[in-house]
Amino acid sequence: MLRYSLKRLISLVLSLAVASLVIFFVIEIAPGDPASFMLGLNAQPDTVAALRSELGLDVPKIERYLSWVGGMLHGDFGTSYTYRTPVAQMVADRLWVSLPLALYALGLSTLIAFPAGIYAAARRGKPGDMAVMGATQLGVAIPNFWFAMMLVLVFAINLRWFGAGGFAGWDKGFWAGIHSLTLPAIALALPQAAILARVMRSALLDILGEDFMRTARAKGLSRRQALWRHAVRNAMIPVLTIIGLQFSFLLAGAIIIEQVFYLPGLGRLVFQAISARDLIVVESVVMLLVFAVIAVNFLVDLAYAAVDPRLRQRT
Amino acid sequence: MKRNLILGGLLSSLVVLAALISFVWTPYDVAAMDIPAKLRPPSMTHWFGTDHFGRDMFSMIMVGARTSIAVALVAVGIGMALGIPLGLMAAARKDSWLDELIMRGNDLVFAFPSLVIAILITAILGPGAVNAIIAIGIFNIPVFARITRGAALSLWEREFIMAARVAGKSQARISFEHILPNVLNLLIVQGTIQFSLGILAEAGLSYVGLGAQPPVPSWGRMLADAQTMVSLAPHMALIPGLAIVLTVLGLNLLGDGLRDLLDPKLRVRRS
Repeated sequence: MLRYSLKRLISLVLSLAVASLVIFFVIEIAPGDPASFMLGLNAQPDTVAALRSELGLDVPKIERYLSWVGGMLHGDFGTSYTYRTPVAQMVADRLWVSLPLALYALGLSTLIAFPAGIYAAARRGKPGDMAVMGATQLGVAIPNFWFAMMLVLVFAINLRWFGAGGFAGWDKGFWAGIHSLTLPAIALALPQAAILARVMRSALLDILGEDFMRTARAKGLSRRQALWRHAVRNAMIPVLTIIGLQFSFLLAGAIIIEQVFYLPGLGRLVFQAISARDLIVVESVVMLLVFAVIAVNFLVDLAYAAVDPRLRQRT
Repeated sequence: MKRNLILGGLLSSLVVLAALISFVWTPYDVAAMDIPAKLRPPSMTHWFGTDHFGRDMFSMIMVGARTSIAVALVAVGIGMALGIPLGLMAAARKDSWLDELIMRGNDLVFAFPSLVIAILITAILGPGAVNAIIAIGIFNIPVFARITRGAALSLWEREFIMAARVAGKSQARISFEHILPNVLNLLIVQGTIQFSLGILAEAGLSYVGLGAQPPVPSWGRMLADAQTMVSLAPHMALIPGLAIVLTVLGLNLLGDGLRDLLDPKLRVRRS
């Protein structure tokens, strides 16, 4: 187990190193110098040069890369070009919107998907199963930002239950914050729930064919008891993998939904930073998201290996 | 489950047909503005109504289908053209440094938040349909590489491949002459799924203004235009959205149907 963990850890560090290289140099070759972008078309060359040296852009790329990576290891993500505030602070502020939103959406999606998937598996081939599977087909096909617009149309414009956009802020109280995140969370959760329900159903169906399920029935458990006691628990492995992946997706994938609802989240920060050529912010946020994905995968791998020794042999 | 195949095929061919017909005929000129007739709900003269410039939405949907299909199709093409050879190579040299390099590279691409990177690419290269294709296509490469490798690995153990090796064929020739034809079914099914994901991605990118640029009509941008008008003219948001949903639904059903048709083993297990 130790050998396996070490191996995975080395591959984690390598992945992060390569990812940081790719991110930094891909973004640095982007046309558009941040300094001349900020000063506008009529800026004097010496003013641009002065700003470049103030932002540290006159240093060779390799040195800037090393200081960027070095800083991140200490939790220092640099200073935003346009806002002149520490990137770490900006990211932390935005995370207060994006993280609760991702968790909220994940919670909703799990809450919908589990019963739906279990129900469909228990009634395989019957009308109930067909209805759930049909609904998931539709759920996968609906673009979440369009669904978001429809939610706004119905619940914000017609029924006036929610605001059409913006974020109330947590200082107005927990429920005010939750209230303004509800429509975005529903819009985000729907396609995820559809995927999760399908995974849950197919994982359950695989397990229902196993010998130990027949044994469970043979020792006198009813179908329902066998399903809940043995099948659901065993189906959790693939389901948890998907939930892990979905979390990182929700953290980053909210970018368009944040645009629909004018939410000040991480995605909107990246979007604004890209259009303002605030490269250091873009680099740091993308790096953070990549780190989140790689770290979640790493933890999932370790958890599996701890549970199932067979997996330690692989890779 | 022949029903999936028929329904999916019907929906998909409807969209393809609309796109093809739009090359020779649309009810109105898509660029023609008619301000007095703006924001009209669907009627006999304008089947899908008009937008905030009085343009005919039915014509725009037809031409928009063209944009969606073109972007998604080329993006799938990029993924297949690069991903399949990579997957075949990785499988042929299983456990070698090459295999390791390809698979770790795959993991790396998967770790990047695809939407953020797509936005980044279009922001770097400039917004536009071609750059949207590149952004979506890159993320198709690891998908096809992984699927090809997985399916090819089990084939390499089979006797007919062994026979080919004994006959002295090179790994490259075996990969293309014997492995590829046997994994093609799987790749076609995955291709339909990636195609539908590509349509969703294109709509998202166009919606935030990074996909096809005006005056080329695109479903995503029609939705972006509709956002501020949604209370005045709900049809402006409803119709392009439904077009996307039905297209993606059709392609997914087609993919499922094809899988059942091409792989009889699954038919028993799934039903």
